[in-house]
Amino acid sequence: MGLLDKWKNIKETEVEPGIDHTMYLTLKEERRISRENSRIIKQFEREKNRKNVPEEEYLTQMRDPNNVVEFDNLHTYFFTDVGTVKSVNGVTFDIPQGKVVGVVGESGCGKSVTSLSLMQLVQAPQGQIVAGSIRYQSRDGKCYEITKMPKDRMLKVRGKEIAMIFQEPMTSLNPVFKIGEQMDEVVLLHEEGATPKAARERSLEMLNLVGIADPQKVYNNYPHELSGGMRQRVMIAMALSCTPRLIIADEPTTALDVTIQAQILELLRDVKNKINGSIMLITHDLGVIAEMADYVVVMYAGRIIEKGTVREIFHNPKHPYTIGLMRSKPSGKTKDNRLYSIKGQVPNPINMPNHCYFYNRCDRAIGICAEEYPEMIQFTDTHSAACHLCRNGGFMDTNSTKEQR
Amino acid sequence: MENAYVNNNYNDDILIVRNLKKYYPLSKISIGKKRSYVKAVDDVSFSIKRGTTMGLVGESGCGKTTVGRTILRLHDVTDGQVIFDGMDLAKIPPRKLRKLRPQMQMIFQDPYSSLSPRLPIGEIIGEAVKEHNIVPKSEYRSYILKVMHDCGLQPHYYYRYPHEFSGGQRQRISIARAVALKPKFIICDEPLSALDVSIQAQIINLMKDLQEQYGYTYLFISHDLSVVEYLSDTIGVMYLGSMVEMGEKKQIFDNPMHPYTKALLSAVPVSDPDVKMNRIILKGDIPSPVNPPSGCKFRTRCPYATKVCAEVAPKLKEYESGHKVACHLYSQD
Amino acid sequence: MIEKEKAAQQTTNSSNQEVKDGYEQHFKVISPGRMVAKRFFRSKLSIAGLYMIVFVFLFSFVGPLIVDATWGYEELEVFKVERIADMVSTADFKGPDGKTYTYYDKSQTLVYFKAPPSAEHWLGTDTSGFDILTRLMYGGRISLTISFIVIFLETIIGVILGGLAGYFGKWVDQLIMRIVDIFACLPGLPVLLVLSATISSIESIPAEHRIYYMMAFLTLMGWTGVARIVRGQILMLREQEYMLAAETTGISPMHKIFRHLVPNTMPQLIVSATLGLGGVILYESTLSYLGLGVPFPRAAWGSMIALADPSKGQEILANYPNMWVPAGVLIVVTVLGFSFIGDGLRDAFDPRMKR
Ligand SMILES: Nc1ncnc2c1ncn2[C@@H]1O[C@H](COP(=O)(O)OP(=O)(O)OP(=O)(O)O)[C@@H](O)[C@H]1O
Ligand SMILES: Nc1ncnc2c1ncn2[C@@H]1O[C@H](COP(=O)(O)OP(=O)(O)OP(=O)(O)O)[C@@H](O)[C@H]1O
Ligand code: SF4
Ligand code: SF4
Ligand SMILES: [Mg+2]
Ligand SMILES: [Mg+2]
Repeated sequence: MGLLDKWKNIKETEVEPGIDHTMYLTLKEERRISRENSRIIKQFEREKNRKNVPEEEYLTQMRDPNNVVEFDNLHTYFFTDVGTVKSVNGVTFDIPQGKVVGVVGESGCGKSVTSLSLMQLVQAPQGQIVAGSIRYQSRDGKCYEITKMPKDRMLKVRGKEIAMIFQEPMTSLNPVFKIGEQMDEVVLLHEEGATPKAARERSLEMLNLVGIADPQKVYNNYPHELSGGMRQRVMIAMALSCTPRLIIADEPTTALDVTIQAQILELLRDVKNKINGSIMLITHDLGVIAEMADYVVVMYAGRIIEKGTVREIFHNPKHPYTIGLMRSKPSGKTKDNRLYSIKGQVPNPINMPNHCYFYNRCDRAIGICAEEYPEMIQFTDTHSAACHLCRNGGFMDTNSTKEQR
Repeated sequence: MENAYVNNNYNDDILIVRNLKKYYPLSKISIGKKRSYVKAVDDVSFSIKRGTTMGLVGESGCGKTTVGRTILRLHDVTDGQVIFDGMDLAKIPPRKLRKLRPQMQMIFQDPYSSLSPRLPIGEIIGEAVKEHNIVPKSEYRSYILKVMHDCGLQPHYYYRYPHEFSGGQRQRISIARAVALKPKFIICDEPLSALDVSIQAQIINLMKDLQEQYGYTYLFISHDLSVVEYLSDTIGVMYLGSMVEMGEKKQIFDNPMHPYTKALLSAVPVSDPDVKMNRIILKGDIPSPVNPPSGCKFRTRCPYATKVCAEVAPKLKEYESGHKVACHLYSQD
Repeated sequence: MIEKEKAAQQTTNSSNQEVKDGYEQHFKVISPGRMVAKRFFRSKLSIAGLYMIVFVFLFSFVGPLIVDATWGYEELEVFKVERIADMVSTADFKGPDGKTYTYYDKSQTLVYFKAPPSAEHWLGTDTSGFDILTRLMYGGRISLTISFIVIFLETIIGVILGGLAGYFGKWVDQLIMRIVDIFACLPGLPVLLVLSATISSIESIPAEHRIYYMMAFLTLMGWTGVARIVRGQILMLREQEYMLAAETTGISPMHKIFRHLVPNTMPQLIVSATLGLGGVILYESTLSYLGLGVPFPRAAWGSMIALADPSKGQEILANYPNMWVPAGVLIVVTVLGFSFIGDGLRDAFDPRMKR
């Protein structure tokens, strides 16, 4: 249907202007939510603020000693004014030593919150890890349960062993300090015996490594004097300056052009290989995932809907959402016809349905999809997906989907 | 793309840019030194045919946004000429320019900072429609709602504020604001970079639909070469403020000539884990726009650089019909 | 079950509709008005401020009506409350033995004024026999009215001039900012004193009209602060990308200033206005205290405190706190209340403010 036809079809009555169709909370509901939130939050905060927690309480065993991090049924909720946002709702996956795990998914599906949970940086007090565990194998061989780890102990891990490249560079750089001061501080904080001079050299070296044209100048700049791409590179340089064991890169290259992006990815890989570290790479760019990742985790509305090795996900995607993602990307072949796009939007995170979350957008939905949430179904040791179509070992015929539309 | 509207005016350039220059003075002037400038755009010329899309790609910070903004006269032009629809924009007095503005619109790079935080959506989109009397007063509201509907915005968003929306929705608001003025020409400054793949696809489709329906002309700035390839008819490649290569989409993608274009194209990640690409890794110093290298600006990183490159700046020369390149590797006479 | 049906229906409906809004299904949000209220009431201080201001307003504007209705008198009713007061006078004299003796003379007199608090006059009466509580109410009316009018005028002038200066820059900015400088470098209180004294000395101006002149002076002294704030904000906001966007749509400069820029200076304006309210009340009090403000038989809080002026004797200051402490307390309550509310409002009206 052409656009003009569409226009003609909309009658005034259909798009009645003055009426807001949003439903508003009543005062009573609002009060109830606030009360409940403060009760729950208090409980969690009390648990968190205990002093002198003995180390045994947060020591644990890895399921597989080859993993650096294991997320196990992680639930991270935000207790907001309008209700509980289940941002991460039962996420289970591993980050093996020396590997790159790519995380993809719709905007707002909980990718950043998952990584922030690992760093203990979820915005408190409304954001809380309510269930599940995150196990981390430290450089000294001990395994820690991050969800129970006290804050002061976490300080030693964060930044030094686990580094994070944040999604919004402007919010994570302090606007009143020069780039150099902020970079030096990171080095001085985490590297024992580092002198200010050594720190400065290290910072300049890192700036150079991330492809900044004039490190000396940028070293003396304030964050607002840099372009978006430069800020992002400064963040990366900062994160990598302490040779971390695990790098969490949250959309590290969105503001960069492909040549710089290639350079940054190369750098990440280098740093990783040098110390046999691991990378958790969050991005929207499937090309970057294909190139960098060993394993891929596809998230949708706070849950994992498919995971597997990069080949399994790219060559043999099972979940309709993953298939949709793969097809949305323009390429030379799709030239003149319209691009495929997954219609609709994610359901409201506050009132998740109890059936498959993708149901309202899925063009292959069957009866049972509207009744229960699908289990994770295992295809190979590494590959699994949560979709009713994949049950009973019945593999979905991916080709037939492609014919539609 | 080949619809009636375009064909009728096929030889008609809606926008001609000649020797456009934009220098930003550096704020810190040390005494005794000459005042130095950031040469954000340094002698750029191109033209866009009515109803087509020109893609503009290049390194981050090479001046793409600045080109867009100077074309629209949002910044003063240091030198050069912009001819829009037969009119020399520099010669139009401010009052007239304001009346002309609806015809050329821009979708801004950052969907967060480009919407007034204290105006409701309906107002953001409709404000200028009212001011320029794009539609009769009686149809105003239904027109805005139609535009919103076209851009995938629900009618009841009309009274909401920008901060209540996600990046993708904001980007659509931004598009609706531009489209509502019935422009002839839209500059899209990385309209997709903040969005995830499925929303990207929706917006690309929307832009294409609008072009087919109304014959819009786009200047499409993006880092994402696969999107540029999908949307554009012609492509310009910029490096450090200058246009280094220009041509039809096919010419650029099938036969890139400038060493920078080659490197750029080779760096595009492919969505297939089994395809191992042999990427051209650019080595060498990245020059700063304050002190660009002599001769060819790319020579500090160019694998083919020769002696002449350091001495003579290569000119943008036509190599085959429509395909221009600025490099000494190709005959410069 | 119903929900499922709804969902199923929606899916079918949407199949021909490109973009469907899944967010809206079973989604309840807080209405915008309530959101503002919620943000405002989140801070305990703004609630306290609200109580304080509501109290002061009820006291000043409703209080007199109640007094009139129950006891039937107004501001200028003189009460002669008879009471017997001790009068002690002392004198020294030198005795024949060369020592100094103090002579006490204790007598009793009948006084009508300066009654202590009692059941009929809760705060007593003052030197002229007016009921202090009632006078406080009428005084509040004047003080509050003056400050509101002054702040209102100040803000309007400041926003317009500051907005023009910030937006147009160049010579407009130069001109306006130099005027601002001139006004701002005048020392506020002395100038006010001189002007008020001049006004009071001009015979042809009736005493009741003095207050209007005073308001005009206060406005003249105050607008520069607002203009500066607005200009500074606008200089900053002008560089924002949404202003470039507004420029591309070609809307008129006036629209740009007063629809895009000024609303974004709201937080600063609200704070400066609420702080200013307190300031004007204090200025008014000072002037009244010095006898240059509201003329005598009418009350203002400042002139009520002025009764305790130590230069006219320590007696009232020391012996009759009921005559001046309440007025002082009311001034403090009002000024504090306004600044608490100002802080609360600033946060409440920022749509980006979540917590
Ligand atoms: N501080 C917060 N308070 C309330 N809700 C939050 C908060 N932070 C995140 N959320 C919610 O959690 C959900 C997941 O957010 P998250 O940032 O993890 O998304 P994402 O997958 O990283 O998306 P993107 O790709 O856009 O970065 C979203 O619905 C978001 O609204
Ligand atoms: N207002 C300004 N003042 C001074 N220099 C500026 C200004 N705006 C841009 N520049 C400089 O001009 C150059 C070009 O900037 P521009 O924003 O046009 O780059 P771009 O190609 O759009 O980059 P990106 O892809 O990162 O958006 C940069 O070096 C930048 O630092
Ligand atoms: S479970 Fe059903 S609705 Fe969900 S993705 Fe699979 S087919 Fe679609
Ligand atoms: S002119 Fe020389 S330096 Fe420049 S791109 Fe061509 S070969 Fe490389
Ligand atoms: Mg994120
Ligand atoms: Mg840009």
